[in-house]
Amino acid sequence: MNRIANLTRGIFRENPTFVLVLGMCPTLATTSSAINGMGMGLATMFVLLCSNAVISLIAGFIPDKVRIPSYIVVIATFVTIVDLLMQAYTQSLYEKLGIFIPLIVVNCIVLGRAEAFANKNGVLDSALDGLGMGIGFTLALTILGSIRELLGNFTIFGLRVLPKDPSWSRAAFFHEPMLVFILAPGAFIVLAYLIAIFNKIRKQ
Amino acid sequence: MAKVESTFKNMTLTLLIITLIASAGLGLVYQSTKGPIEVAQLAKVNNAIKVVLPDFDNQPYTEAYTVKADGGDLIFYPATKNGQKVGVAVKTFSNNGFGGKIELMVGFLPDGTINKIAVVSHKETPGLGDKIEPSKSDFSVQFEGKNPATFKLKVTKDGGNVNAITASTISSRAYCDAVSRAYNAFMKGENNE
Repeated sequence: MNRIANLTRGIFRENPTFVLVLGMCPTLATTSSAINGMGMGLATMFVLLCSNAVISLIAGFIPDKVRIPSYIVVIATFVTIVDLLMQAYTQSLYEKLGIFIPLIVVNCIVLGRAEAFANKNGVLDSALDGLGMGIGFTLALTILGSIRELLGNFTIFGLRVLPKDPSWSRAAFFHEPMLVFILAPGAFIVLAYLIAIFNKIRKQ
Repeated sequence: MAKVESTFKNMTLTLLIITLIASAGLGLVYQSTKGPIEVAQLAKVNNAIKVVLPDFDNQPYTEAYTVKADGGDLIFYPATKNGQKVGVAVKTFSNNGFGGKIELMVGFLPDGTINKIAVVSHKETPGLGDKIEPSKSDFSVQFEGKNPATFKLKVTKDGGNVNAITASTISSRAYCDAVSRAYNAFMKGENNE
């Protein structure tokens, strides 16, 4: 029962993006399309899951003063593994996410969960916590990416949802995709609305 | 379990062991992904070459050579069919893009006519400058079958023959810059032979 709470906490009650508002740099920068957001989320989830599990295993053997450097080494190792794997098997996604994959190392969600949860709890609980946080992050980024892609390009996951041809609707609003949503300001606008909606639901 | 004390010896040993294990693990992963990464990158170059050139039956990347141009290297991929030259794919670049470097693969027929152009990488603005990609707009089509000897590689605003992308003159100029850099290097090579 407690296990399930560990898993679901990251998905809703303490969603890293909408509630904790952590890791904003990749959130804002990589969600210009649904697939980019999801790719970034999955990469982070893998790192969270592995680093949480390993850190909970080794936490007892690490002297307090070198705690942070040790965690960073563990995290950086998993990030490099993701980086190499993506480069080998998903070239085009890797090129789009570019610098943000190596930057998962400094994503505060990952180190935050290591510090706040994994070093005090068992392996299974920590892995579940990492998985839950990862799922929460992936969902948030995918939703954000889908909305931005829909408004900014009329597509979701590259599939055309609305025709670009203006004749299907008389409303001038729909004649051209709203480019601003693919650019940086759109990321802030969509994120702000999503956080507002999320807070509203959470309070009920 | 009791925490290990933070003495100098303990700290050094812990960090040493962790970094050792981490680097050993990374070494393994690097070894096993090295091959697939090379294959993936080669496939990307090969695809770009295939797109921009007519049918060929050799392996252009094995015969690739580099030519120095102002500010960087151009890579030439000569293609042949039954021993006959069918064209050269030139990987070219421009540093004048709106978002920095633009890299193109330009396919030339032996007489210098442009066959097709593909975009290798760019950082132009989504929705505006990224229309240089053939999948996003028909901007690159106007170059196909044109010979730069008669087709001036400049946007109409600068007195050339290229219709610039609306609201993206800088990207269009950079695109022309990259293509003409490739053409100049290509013609120089042809004349030296």
